[in-house]
Amino acid sequence: MTAGASPGAEFVFDSVTLDLGGRTILEDVSLKVRPGEFVCVVGASGGGKTTALRLAAGLYTPSRGSVMLNGERLRGPSRDLAVVFQDYGKALLPWRTAYGNVSLALEATGIPSSERSDRIEKLLATVGLPQQAEKYPSEMSGGMQQRLQIARCLAQNPKALLMDEPFGALDAMTRQSLQDEVLALVRGSGATVIFVTHDLEEAIYLGDRVIGLLPHPGRIGIDVPIALPRPRDQLATRESGEFLRLRRELFDFIKASEK
Amino acid sequence: MNTSRVKGVLLPAIALLAFEGWAQFSHLQSDALAPPSAIIIALLKAIGDGTLLGATVDTLAAAFGGLAAGGGAGLLVGVVLGMARPADRLLEVTLECLRPIPPIALLPIALIALGFGYRMEICVVAFACFWPLMVLSRTAVRSIEPGLIEVSRVLELSYLAKIFKVVLPASLPTIFLAFRLAAGVALVVSVTVEITINPMGLGAGIMAAQQALRPDLMLAYLVWIGVVGYALNDGLFVAQRLFFGPNSTRARQK
Repeated sequence: MTAGASPGAEFVFDSVTLDLGGRTILEDVSLKVRPGEFVCVVGASGGGKTTALRLAAGLYTPSRGSVMLNGERLRGPSRDLAVVFQDYGKALLPWRTAYGNVSLALEATGIPSSERSDRIEKLLATVGLPQQAEKYPSEMSGGMQQRLQIARCLAQNPKALLMDEPFGALDAMTRQSLQDEVLALVRGSGATVIFVTHDLEEAIYLGDRVIGLLPHPGRIGIDVPIALPRPRDQLATRESGEFLRLRRELFDFIKASEK
Repeated sequence: MNTSRVKGVLLPAIALLAFEGWAQFSHLQSDALAPPSAIIIALLKAIGDGTLLGATVDTLAAAFGGLAAGGGAGLLVGVVLGMARPADRLLEVTLECLRPIPPIALLPIALIALGFGYRMEICVVAFACFWPLMVLSRTAVRSIEPGLIEVSRVLELSYLAKIFKVVLPASLPTIFLAFRLAAGVALVVSVTVEITINPMGLGAGIMAAQQALRPDLMLAYLVWIGVVGYALNDGLFVAQRLFFGPNSTRARQK
């Protein structure tokens, strides 16, 4: 992954409404995500965060309105959009090794097998799994499995990374190191990121912008730019006055939205 | 051989010895029973003159032929139905009507259509083997982790790539279990076809021995069929552990 190899994707949600099973999950959501932007989505549980992400991934089609990707209507999943699923255990092929799981993405793009091995080794090293190529997911810790899933997503050479609470099931230490790794990877690739989380601090720490959803049905309630300097630091950034002010603002929003 | 197997053999060995003793003591004369010693002699003779092995090859050829044809077709239909709900609904009634038909009930039609010999036997065995493969592979494909299907969508895998890289590997342990069950069915059905109608293989051998009033040879065939069935199941069991690891058989094997 070299800088600028795949310029980031632009997403435009144009009054998107999604009905599922007779219920309106998202209502009249309009949103523009600029190329290379890191947007975090927060909100009360059941508020449609994951649904919004699945719409961006093309896994759902809007009932009304449209999702545009780089100016074209999104009609289904695309290899340009990599999805990091929350439940890594269900997103990795248990019968394939770490190497084989990354290989799947390259096989999908039709890269000849002679070129795969180098790229897979590099990708595994990038996510911090250089010696784990022959291990099966069941032999890896949760953090390693999530790293592996990220490696497979990077293998797609995506224009956007769509991450659905990717670190929700990990312990605090693993979580922080993965946050920093993702920031470094994204800065190198220039990919756009939509990152769903229920952790407000995580959203502020990672994002250029945090969007808060109001529940029942899901709507955009708040859209906060994050002006914290980069590169960010787990201690200094989180202790800065601006960080604490943003945390207060979002916390109040979430509390109010739950009433 | 471990101790639990030795213990398992103990009871039948005692029963056989007791029966042998009783048969010798009472000078057993019967058209249905023979002492174990006579059965063993008949078995060795039948092995020695090649009739038993020839019959075994005939039966196994028909059983495996039917297993391959019927099991293969069942696998194909099961995978397709598991993946495509509309096809599943379209064919459900038809398949559920055909399924309860006992394979042996097809014999009169199969005989008229195909005559004696391999072809007829293979067809009847194939009908019997179709069902376990169809039902189990359909269930296996349907119960694949939805997350894996989403991964294949996100990666834009082609339909065939999705089947060969995701659906089949995920269902393989269950499919192999279905083949093991079907192999047992194949042997039962092929011997039954031979006993009732088809003049070849182990089943016909039993009938010939019966009509020649040779209970020793008849029972020797019976013992042999047991040995073949046991070896078949054991072989497939070992193969399953080899391919899918020791955990693949633990929960399912009773």
